Amino acid sequence: MFLESLEMPFMQRALIGGILVGLLSSYYGPIVVQRRLAFLGSGLAHAAFGGVALGVLLSVHPLWVAVPFTVLVALAIVWVREYSGIEPDTTIGIFFSVSMALGVIFLSMKQGYSGDAFTYLFGSILAITTTDLWITGGVAVLSLLTLPLWNRWAYATFDRSLAQADRLPVFREDSLLFVAIAVAIVVSIKVVGIVLMAAFLVLPPAAARLRARTFFEMTLLSVLIGLSSVVVGLFASYALDLPSGPVIILVQAAIFAILLPLRRRTG
Amino acid sequence: MSDMVLEVRDISMRFGLVRALEGVSFSVPRGAFVAIIGPNGAGKSTLLQIILGLQAPTEGAVTLFGGPPAKFPARSLGYIPQLKTIDRSFPAKAIELVVTGLRRGWPWYIRKDEREAALAAMAQTGVDALADRQIAALSGGELQRVYLARSLVRKPTLVVLDEPTAGMDAMGEADMYHLLARYQEDVDATILMITHDWEGARFHASHALLLDRQLIDFGPSDEIARNERLMRMFGFTGHIESTHNSTNSADSPASPDAATPNGDHDVS
Repeated sequence: MFLESLEMPFMQRALIGGILVGLLSSYYGPIVVQRRLAFLGSGLAHAAFGGVALGVLLSVHPLWVAVPFTVLVALAIVWVREYSGIEPDTTIGIFFSVSMALGVIFLSMKQGYSGDAFTYLFGSILAITTTDLWITGGVAVLSLLTLPLWNRWAYATFDRSLAQADRLPVFREDSLLFVAIAVAIVVSIKVVGIVLMAAFLVLPPAAARLRARTFFEMTLLSVLIGLSSVVVGLFASYALDLPSGPVIILVQAAIFAILLPLRRRTG
Repeated sequence: MSDMVLEVRDISMRFGLVRALEGVSFSVPRGAFVAIIGPNGAGKSTLLQIILGLQAPTEGAVTLFGGPPAKFPARSLGYIPQLKTIDRSFPAKAIELVVTGLRRGWPWYIRKDEREAALAAMAQTGVDALADRQIAALSGGELQRVYLARSLVRKPTLVVLDEPTAGMDAMGEADMYHLLARYQEDVDATILMITHDWEGARFHASHALLLDRQLIDFGPSDEIARNERLMRMFGFTGHIESTHNSTNSADSPASPDAATPNGDHDVS
């Protein structure tokens, strides 16, 4: 039954798109979780709504506007956090609400149908187009290029002051990290939806943390959980005729619940 | 030629309307072990940040080993932050933290030569048996020794410690000072240490710097030990007591107006 479903082009695109999104979010997830930035996923996803709505208003592919829009918001969050000393969650909350407000205003200005924007709100993995796949694949390749930065991002995640004392350009590298996360989020929301995006960034690393003894192990496990939950969730949603994004998230939550009593004790 | 490795010239630091430091000047000779002492809010950590080149002072200048602090090479600096800033939930083995001293990055794997160097440094501080233990499972004293190993693994010429003995028991403190003194003898390193534990520091530090936004006093430890403001601040316990409001304390050994801020202090 599952193999038969793969003969359908929309399922092929859903599987490839889902795997790419699962890879991206579960790779950045451990850094997001360990930096106590769980709200960042939700905040940037909602910020992307402003960009999507602007794209709809301008009648261009929403991602072409949402990507630069969300990147600017991410950089603004980093900058305000650095220079104001305001807590990151507060800064994220400010830009999240402003972007959503802009999004609603942009949509209200649009004459006629604006349903495309709502696809992004709740996500539709089965509606992934070939163009979406090329964009997501391109972002995944660009993320591979940031792999050499993993050890420095991880270092600053552990202790920012140590990284600064070691003369690492922490502000510049944090800006790049936030841009990379912003881009990964924007290309993921078509699949997962703005409302559920945060779960993709938080659940796989949270489950991985229960068993990992090192940060590298946590990252590997997170990616493994992110990938497997997409595959299992996609086929389960097909078999049960339920929406894919929420089912994938329930699979991730189930993995977390299974690992919780099996968590590794420190020592 | 001056043998001063650190020269601080009339630095001030303001954060908006708040004055964190005001007109601080002093010079530190090579091989000195300086204890930086002062009440909470005295500007100790800000001073350390400026010396490390992590912040620029609003006024004044700092020279570290003949150049601007920001240009001082990281491989020659051993920095030990406050334990309370450390994220214990981060999944990591003790040896990984030590290896960051060799790499300036978090290791995803550890090479054989790195493991050997890290274990040698951990043996120096007595924590080699804890190499593969999770940092979350280490006691405060053990973690501090791991940090010290991380610092020593790169054989730094400057060691900077921010309240290294906070939360440690008396034995742990004594061990820490002993390890620092032994390392200093071996490599002629210069050590700067913020501490609230004057009683422990006075017998190990060669110099003491008393700070309360302004420089109160700086000089050899045995001379600073006689500073009346210091005695008032620490009482007879050796540990910091109530700070700015201690002048009327019944057990204060000195009069409240005994000390005034000093100007430049060069000690060799």
